[in-house]
This record gives sequence, structure tokens and C-alpha cells, in this order.
Amino acid sequence: MSVIHNDFVIRFANVNGSGSASANGMFAKALFRMGIPVATRNIFPSNIQGLPTWFEVRVSEQGYLGRREGVDIMVAMNAETFVEDVGSVSPGGYLLYDNSKPIAKTLKRDDITEIGIPLSTMLLPEFTDPKQRSLFKNITYLGALSGLLNIDFEVITGMVATQYKGKDALIQPNIHALELGRQYAYEYLNAPLPIQVRQSDQVGDRIMIDGNAAAALGALYGGATVCAWYPITPSTSVAEAFELHANRLRVEHDSGQKKFAIVQAEDELAAIGIVIGAAWNGARSFTATSGPGVSLMSEFLGLAYFAEIPAVLWDIQRAGPSTGMPTRTQQSDVLAAAYASHGDTKHPVLFPATPKECFDFGAESLDLADRLQTPIIVLSDLELGMNDNLSEPFEWDDSRTYDRGKVYTAEDLDELEVFGRYLDIDGDGIGYRTLPGTHPDKGAFFTRGTSRDEFAAYTESPEAYERNMQRLLTKWETAAKLVPSAEINNQKRGVGVIYYGTTSLPMPEALEQLSAEGITIDTCRIRAFPFGDEVAEFVDSHELVFVVEQNRDAQMRKLLINENEFSPQKLVAVTYYAGLSISADFIYGEILKYYQENKLSRLTEVQK
Amino acid sequence: MTFVAKPRTHHPLLPVNELGLTRRDYEGSVSTLCAGCGHDSVSAAIVQACAELSIPPHRFAKVSGIGCSSKTPSYFLNKSHGLNSVHGRMPSVMTGANLANRDLYCVGVSGDGDSASIGMGQFAHIVRRRINMLYVVDNNGTYGLTKGQFSATNDKGSTSKKGAPNLYEPIDLASMALQLGASFVARSFSGDKQQLVPLIKAALVHKGMAFIDVISPCVAFNNHNGSTKSYEHIRQHGQNVVNADYIADHEEITADYEPGTFEDVSMPDGSTLRLFKIDENYDPHDRVSALNYVQRRGQEGEVVTGLLYVDPDASDCHEILDTVQRPLNELQETDLCPGNDALQAVNESFR
Repeated sequence: MSVIHNDFVIRFANVNGSGSASANGMFAKALFRMGIPVATRNIFPSNIQGLPTWFEVRVSEQGYLGRREGVDIMVAMNAETFVEDVGSVSPGGYLLYDNSKPIAKTLKRDDITEIGIPLSTMLLPEFTDPKQRSLFKNITYLGALSGLLNIDFEVITGMVATQYKGKDALIQPNIHALELGRQYAYEYLNAPLPIQVRQSDQVGDRIMIDGNAAAALGALYGGATVCAWYPITPSTSVAEAFELHANRLRVEHDSGQKKFAIVQAEDELAAIGIVIGAAWNGARSFTATSGPGVSLMSEFLGLAYFAEIPAVLWDIQRAGPSTGMPTRTQQSDVLAAAYASHGDTKHPVLFPATPKECFDFGAESLDLADRLQTPIIVLSDLELGMNDNLSEPFEWDDSRTYDRGKVYTAEDLDELEVFGRYLDIDGDGIGYRTLPGTHPDKGAFFTRGTSRDEFAAYTESPEAYERNMQRLLTKWETAAKLVPSAEINNQKRGVGVIYYGTTSLPMPEALEQLSAEGITIDTCRIRAFPFGDEVAEFVDSHELVFVVEQNRDAQMRKLLINENEFSPQKLVAVTYYAGLSISADFIYGEILKYYQENKLSRLTEVQK
Repeated sequence: MTFVAKPRTHHPLLPVNELGLTRRDYEGSVSTLCAGCGHDSVSAAIVQACAELSIPPHRFAKVSGIGCSSKTPSYFLNKSHGLNSVHGRMPSVMTGANLANRDLYCVGVSGDGDSASIGMGQFAHIVRRRINMLYVVDNNGTYGLTKGQFSATNDKGSTSKKGAPNLYEPIDLASMALQLGASFVARSFSGDKQQLVPLIKAALVHKGMAFIDVISPCVAFNNHNGSTKSYEHIRQHGQNVVNADYIADHEEITADYEPGTFEDVSMPDGSTLRLFKIDENYDPHDRVSALNYVQRRGQEGEVVTGLLYVDPDASDCHEILDTVQRPLNELQETDLCPGNDALQAVNESFR
């Protein structure tokens, strides 16, 4: 029988709050430590205990990290979703379940292999405490999987030892539970299966981390001193990670006092207000939220745009509004972020695709905010923010200095004949600001919205208003030159594809699949708004450009059409928005369908 | 309406403070509020208090929300930076400003609409966070800039310009500040400089949240029957009034009374405000008694003024958060960035 190595999708179906997350996380980490590329996905409800939750691991020797349709191995541990879970196994796949009670005949499928383990009954004599028994069920199926899939057992036991370091009493029972499962697999289940793992070198020096922790570390390295936030899934762990790492890495040596301040605010309005107040007073500051928070922060974002105050806002996108689907991933805040607030406003937006980019943008967004004196919004999403992703390791150049932008010191002010806060001295639309308390006589001004002249004096003069609005447009052009440029592979192949953020994850696999059908297309991964010239050149040099994204209304496509006046006929929307992360199969299917329906020519005719 | 700079010259006999500065060095631009507005008296009291304390006039951070009250930070301390933020959100902006630089004197000005309605949540939470600041509410019981709607501090039964009574219970911000943990709570009257200036001085030097509710009459919506300054009265007496937005000049409403006594003050809406000035026997160090006293007097129709509560040993937000003594906005790369070696250790922990 042929054996497949390091190429499958395994899904764990559990009950939320049953302790499965820890066992499932260890499964993914064990494979990662064996050098095998893995991508993890949590599909969880808005609930603390009791509702169904799924954890999916994509295992791919080729390094494909996007979601793949179909489930090869289902670990079905939730009675409530059992019917659905059995149904979702791909033909030829495996169903691992607790056969302490027999399953209904109607659920039997003859195109999959059932692997029954009497988890409940076999643990009865081992653990007397029912709660412990329930927790060790997870560890026991992990042990069984190690046998079934040929996972290096020492890697797993090593992780148990690390995880319970200092709680030695817990190590032995955990290892015992692992061994119980592993032995059962060898004795009764013909382990290992034809689907297996084996040691690989494909991970390299990469790390496995969630995007939110990466964002927090980026903000820490970028010099953020004030973090204000309000709890909202899936962004909460940004602030929590910032606190965790700052408590370790940002404490004054002698006094033990903190070189940062974190405020869990009363709501998102207060969170962004605190960020703006701190930045106005010269401290680098940021907040993290999700779509509903962006809605609440919108008035303040408009003020910061017009008052020209730096701010950094991480929006970890999810479906919305309210609760339920909002624990599912989406890219549906693109337009809300780009044009947040009232009046003529627009904001630079960054689109990280990997934890490494979350780290880099975490620091760079603070530089950009200070340089451009305006809010910078970073659009991550649940997929990137809350799941462990493979990532290039983080790097910091120790010679790097922060770009604090144009700020006059007391000495600068002494040299100055006249200070005008909103004078465009350098022609880039950005004035020089001063911080409160800088100079006894010079440089103080009153910050307000639009009603001001170049010297920050109150006026409602139409001419002054128009001059100010035009200068803000000049600043916008400067922003387009400073934000991260798009990543482009343009071989002038006639057809291109634009994507951004986590839609990048399945893209290499989708392009491979399309290539096998004779469809080869150029790529443009957008990393920021406003769009640089390279994006316009990419679109202009193609007859047709697919825009792939995870929202219903094709928001990036609309933004491109709106800002660059591209022909809508030229930009074809490929959208997925059902709450799971977009898969390579979906992108491949949609683009292929478009080719077929429009009879577009391919590189080679494929024999069917 | 444009910015009006005041002439910089001053009378040679104006007293100078320890810094050699006069009151004029603490002033702002010319007020654009209605003549006789109580808010201007509050601004003048802030100017006097700051000058008398000899604080360098550029070492303040002034933040406000939206409304008549919130325009006032440009009418005092023009050597300091100010930020006119959005409606009801002065507290959050001030929180950020204070976190960024703990060495500046923070002066937040808000109104009753700003703090008791749209910004009630922010008012409550900045108080419980104990930001080290002076929080002034210019409390006139009405929405001035939108022409005289009731605010949430307006007393039940009092009437609007058009005679309609207010149907809802009033919110007493001073009582709330007491309950929420402010370490300095006072109430005063804009026209009582003798009381207000020392209170502002005490609040500025107090470390922690210092809240002052200042009753500050709105002269614009003084339109009740019997008032000689009402629109109706002026119309009947043949004044050339054709526009409804004409605002008559008004005498500033003042009060000058001794501790332990009452003073009845006629308010622009026709009501009479009975102020009671607390006397020397009052103990301002007991939060629960203070709350009880304010509420009980309030039940008898009196508005207690003076220093209601102070805890001189209270901690402020920086102490609660245990932040470094240096202002956060002065920290540089060497203070802030842990460096690449530490980052490689972080990488290792994610392998």
C-alpha cells in the first residue's frame, strides 16, 4: 500500500471549553518541531463553554499554508456535531471517534475508514476524577494519533514536560494518557496508517506564532509607550501580548518601573481618544480593535485626520456585526477603514499577510504615523491574528532609529522667525508640529479640526479652508510614496491577479493548480493604501485583473476603481465571505470558471 | 469670527509673581462667548490661579470637548498647547496626554452636556482612573451652541426659554465624582471669584483627579417672563430686534457671601439657585459624609459649594500603573527598543 507523507488535512471537532485546545495545539506544534510545515485554524463559537469548536491543521510538505477543502482525518469528539463531522470527511479519509458507545448504522459510510477508540471506557479504571478523565480524553487521542500518524513520540513527551514545568505531578499522568492511546493504536488499530508524517527540513528557521503577538512585538520594538484598548475578539490578544512582552522587555532596570502605560478603556471611543491624546503629546501609541470598534472610533479618526495627530489602529477583521459569526474571519473592513469618519477623510491602510509582516508593520506604522501626522490603520484579520502561522523569524537592525517626523525642539523654535503649525515648508504637505510644554514663549498652538489657518489661528475663511484641504491632498500623495509598496510579479502575461492580507496564503497553491490548466497569471499583492504607482502600472499593463478578497462587496476592487478610476470591466471580483478562510480550491475554481465561461485562451490546451 | 489676539502690553502696576510674570502672561485670546457668560469668569479664575501659583505658563496641557465650555481653553494660557477634541471625549484625550507626559499640568474643561450626557462614560472612567488633572465643568444646565435645550444637570421642573418644564431627574456630577473615587471634589459658582480661585489653585497642586463643578449661568437663554433682559421685553420696548439669534448684553451674575451662609442667585432661566457655602466646621476628608452632606442639602433645595472632599495622600494613575518617573514622551530608542538579541530569544520561544 502506498503511503502519503506530510500532506493531509486533519480536523478536530470538540466541545468548547473541554480542554481540547491544549492537546490540539500540541499536535500542531509536534509536527512543526519535526520540521513539517503546518497551518492551524481555529473555528470557534462566540462562547466560553459548551458550543462546538473545530481546530484544523493543514499539513503540507510543499509548504502550502492556505486552507484546503476536504478533511482527510476527522477526530470527532463532539456528539452534537457528529453527523455533520462524519459527512465532512473526504472519500478515502479516516474518522477517529470514541466507540465506547456504538454509532448509529445510518451514519456508517463505506467510503471512509472508521477508527474507533473506546476513550471513555478505557480511561475509567485509569482516572477516578471525572473532570480529569474528560481532560485526559484529549491527551489520549493525541497519543493514539502519534501512533496512527507516526509522530515522533519524544517530541510530544518533551512538550508535555515543558508545558508542565514546575507542576511535576501533572507530567506523569499526561504521559501515561499519551501512552495509553499510543499503545491502543499499535495493538488494535493497525497503526501506522497509510497517511503519515515524517521528519522534514521544510520549516527551516521559521517560527510559529499568531499575528496578534507579532503585531504587539512590532509595536514594542517600534517604541510604542501607550496602548489603549477595549476587549473585542479577535483583537484582544494584541493588547494582551503587548502587556506580556512589555512587562518582560520594557521595565526600567533600577526602579523596576514600567516604560509603558496600558489602559483597558471603557469603550473603543475612549481607547482611540487616549491614543490620540498621547500622540498629540508626543508618545507613540496604538490601539487594537475589530470592525465594531472602527465604527465607534470613526469620529475621532476624522478629528485626528484634520487635526493631524498621529495614531496607529490595528483592526483585526471579522464578520459582523453583533455576535456569532463575528468569531469568523473576513476582510470586510477595507472601505470602512480607508474612508473612516465624516467629511472628506481618508487614511493610510496597511495589509500584513504574515506574522513577520505584522511585526514589521507594527513598528513601521508608528514611524508612518509620526511622519505623516495622521492615523495609520493596519488591517489584519482573525485568520492571521488568532491562528498560529508559520512565519519568517523577526529581525531588528540595532542601528535603526525611529522616524519621529517633523517636530520642532525648543532650540529649533529659538532659531525660527515665525512658527506656523500648518505651513507647508517642504512642499510635501506635512507641517512641523510642536509638543506641549516645549518652549516658554514659542510654538504653542491650539489644535482643532478644520477651522484654522496656516498658523493654527481660528478662521472660517473659505480660502483658508480650501488651502488646508488641498494641502492634505498633497500629504496624501506623499503618503503614497512612503507606505509599503505592492509585491509584484509582472511578466506581462495579459492577465493578472490582485490580492492582499491572508488571501495571499492560498495563492501559491491556487496559482499552481491554475498553471496545470494552462492558466498562468501575473500577481500583485497590495500591501498598503494609498496605492503606489506600481499598482496602477500593474493594472494598466494587463487586459484583465482578478481581485481576490474575503468580503461580499469586493471592497478592494471598489477602492481601486474609486481611487484610480480603473475600468470596472477590467477588474473581475473573486470573493469569498462565508466565514472560513478562503481556500486555494475556491480561487482556482472561480478563475477557471471565468476562463471557461469567457473562452479565454490558455497557454496550453489541456486534455480532459 | 476670527481669532483675536490681545495686545501684549500691560499696566505697569500689575502685580508680578515669583517668575516675574503678570496675569497677562497667563491669558488667552479674546473670548467669543456672549458678554456676561459665566464661562469667561471661570477662564479668568484659571488665569488668576495659575499666575498666583507661579507655574510657568507653557507647562500646561489644555484639552476640551465640544460646546461653549470647550471653546474656553483658547481664552486662557495661550503659551500652552490646547486641543479642542470631539464632543464628550475630553477625558480620554486628556488621559492619553497625561500618560505621555506626567510633568505637565493638565487642565480639562468640559460642560454639562459634554460630561453629563454624551461623555458621561468618559467622565466616570477618567475619575476612577485618577488621572492627575484639574477637571472643570462649566455647568450651565443648558446646551448653548444649539440654542437652549435642557442638559442632564438641569433641575427637574425648571423651565426652558419657551417655558416648557424639564421632566427628568438631574445628574449631580459632584456627587458622582465623589462616588467614583475622585480625590478632590469641589463645587463653586463662576461669579464667586473669592471661592473659585483658591479652589482652582488647590486643585492644580493636588496630585490626582481634582474635579470642580462650576455653576456658570448661561445669559443667552434668559428669556423668561418678567426678565428685563428677555427677548419679549426688548421687543416690547422698541429695540431693533429682528433676529431671533440676537443676544442681549448681560451683566455678569456674581455672588459674594460668607462661609456658612446662603446666597440666593437669580439664574437666567428665571429660577433661583440657593448656594450654601460650607463652613470651617465641615470635614472634607470623609468621602461618605461628603456624599451624604451634598445629597441631604440637595434634598432641601440647596446647592452646596466649596471644597467637598480631598484626599491629600491619594495616588494618581501613573502610580497605579507604576510608570517610570521620566515622561514617556521623552524616552528614546535606547530606553524603548529591547534590541535584536532579545528578539532572537523571542523567536526561539516560538519554535
